[in-house]
Amino acid sequence: MRAYIPDYQIVSPNSLAAALALLQREPDIWKPFAGGTDLMVLLESGNLPHRNYIDIWNLAELRGVNINDSHVTLGALTTYTEVQSYDVLGQEFPMLLQAASETGGLAIQNRGTLGGNIVNASPAADSPPALLAYDAELELTCATGARWVPYYTFHTGYKQMDLRANKLQTRIRLPRHSQANLHYYHKVGTRKAQAISKVCFAATARLSGDRLDEVRLAFGSVAPIPLRCVKTEARLRGHQLDQSLIEEAIAELRTEITPIDDIRSTQNYRLRVAQNLLIDFLTSTA
Amino acid sequence: MPNTREIQLQVNGDVRRVTVFPMARLLDVLREDLKLTGTKEGCGEGECGACTVLIDGQIVNSCLIPIAQVNGAEITTIEGIAREQDLHAVQQAFIDHGGAQCGICTPGMVIAAVNLLERKPNPTEADIRNGLAGNLCRCTGYMKIFESVVQACKK
Repeated sequence: MRAYIPDYQIVSPNSLAAALALLQREPDIWKPFAGGTDLMVLLESGNLPHRNYIDIWNLAELRGVNINDSHVTLGALTTYTEVQSYDVLGQEFPMLLQAASETGGLAIQNRGTLGGNIVNASPAADSPPALLAYDAELELTCATGARWVPYYTFHTGYKQMDLRANKLQTRIRLPRHSQANLHYYHKVGTRKAQAISKVCFAATARLSGDRLDEVRLAFGSVAPIPLRCVKTEARLRGHQLDQSLIEEAIAELRTEITPIDDIRSTQNYRLRVAQNLLIDFLTSTA
Repeated sequence: MPNTREIQLQVNGDVRRVTVFPMARLLDVLREDLKLTGTKEGCGEGECGACTVLIDGQIVNSCLIPIAQVNGAEITTIEGIAREQDLHAVQQAFIDHGGAQCGICTPGMVIAAVNLLERKPNPTEADIRNGLAGNLCRCTGYMKIFESVVQACKK
């Protein structure tokens, strides 16, 4: 049943500092509200238990892109539409561009944000695997300061993350000048537009001759969190890419992911598709 | 009433003020407070595109927008697409080529097509399919809609 709208409060502070001050003062009362593409779905179905929100959508401090020698840094409110508009992302981080273009339809891409996708913490989200494979870092900010954390340690359990209630996830940065020459992103869903993934896979690596280095593999929808598969990466890293290495990697992957049956797919299908995607990544490079 | 807020919007070129609960959906404010019932509700969860409107020139699902987020914004609904008696080329093409059947998806479909042609006056087939990918239709099988947009591009 629909939520009772008068029960809900949403306030719109006019600066990041004001939003952080409110979160600092009453951290358990308020939660951030960005593009609304996840929260409003819960509201409509009567499944939005939290009542008080800080509207951060119009905070200019959380928008825009900054490029320097070492990093591309994106505001947490960068929308999927904006991701597709930056040439530097298309050239250096093509999987992020592809993820953005395959998330929802245009109306969703105009409102959905990278930071919202991260903090909503759905294991089925499409941009987190790409961000994990590019070794992204997240800036977490509270009224008294900010710190950067590696993204791959951020999700700690289903919908759980390393983000205290007084903090906002404010920026995302991607290290540049990676030597990776392979970028592989594939989303498997019911249809191309709108559908939520059954399995999503993002992988980068540097292949020199037959040798694989800088391997980073990340999956969506096969674990309680968007998962970086560090054990499978370790199997591959520094080794010669051949059939026996692929078989070893697949065996490792089977132990590292924990897909489940749910409304979108089954454990068995996801396990098979995840293996096939890894095989496709490793064999399509040859 | 406690908790309500005054919101000012520019809707189809007119300044409108409403006093509403801040989490009220833009869709409901348009239909119930402003009596602009051309915008339809389909799924209510951002999947079908029936409630598509333009905010500051970008298409959005109005079922996913709390009214507090659009204070001061410029909204265009299906009622703002025709210029007085002159239909937009997309609307005329939908009539001429059978792009509308039951009509529920039509306002959202037209808004998405108008926005597509504003961004890409000469869209490819893939552009059209992608531009309308967030709008579901359960009558036409899409081909008549697709042909309507192709014809609208020629005008």
